Amino acid sequence: MAIEVDGQSYETDEEGYLEDLNQWRPELGSAMALADGAPLDENHWEVINFLREYYEEYQIAPAVRVLTKAIGKKLGKDKGTSKYLYELFPYGPAKQACKYAGLPKPTGCV
Amino acid sequence: MEDGDQVIKKFMYMNRKAPYGTIYAWESLEVVLIAAAFDQDISLVFADDGVYQLMKDQNTEEVGMKNFSKTYSALGDYDIKKIYIEQESLEERGLSLEDLQGLKYEDEDDDWAEKDSIILVSRAELAKVIDEQDVVFSF
Repeated sequence: MAIEVDGQSYETDEEGYLEDLNQWRPELGSAMALADGAPLDENHWEVINFLREYYEEYQIAPAVRVLTKAIGKKLGKDKGTSKYLYELFPYGPAKQACKYAGLPKPTGCV
Repeated sequence: MEDGDQVIKKFMYMNRKAPYGTIYAWESLEVVLIAAAFDQDISLVFADDGVYQLMKDQNTEEVGMKNFSKTYSALGDYDIKKIYIEQESLEERGLSLEDLQGLKYEDEDDDWAEKDSIILVSRAELAKVIDEQDVVFSF
């Protein structure tokens, strides 16, 4: 599979995750979200950027429980709930947000 | 979860091999991260060549493998707070705790104070801890 942005093609796996995470650009995240039928707003980007920083530091995408706790600490308690995150990413916050962030599917993801 | 009906078992993951060259170290880490979701009593052991997994300043560029040594510092986020290191294994390799990365967790019951996860144990002490486990996985 592949995704096209600005006339350039990017390889993805069968679930739409980017094959080479070094190729990631914000425009790719937006294009993936549009293809899924839901454009991204700044709240989505907060989570996506957080995931990218987490990956940079720890070399893994966090499990959803860990993500929820960490988001609450970083962005405020009202955002550190699974309700808030599932509203933003109804297909599962870790899974869907990781895809838009160009990261691999989280280990043991829910 | 402190549920009356739920049995919490003691799971130990033994890491005894060097980090790269085989897939054992990374596989063990992935299994641990998945197992952490099940709210069991988890501990990790680094012994024999396994102590090399926690060496500071690893650089994997030449071997073309992902440097997953950074992932160990996420263990605290996954509520894994007991990481045993066998003292004799360090000594036999001319290493000390100073050569290894520090690992911490935040104690929820103590206003999120940072605490050390690493517990240095002698071979004899480790044998006792192993004896207390319900399940031991060896990698």
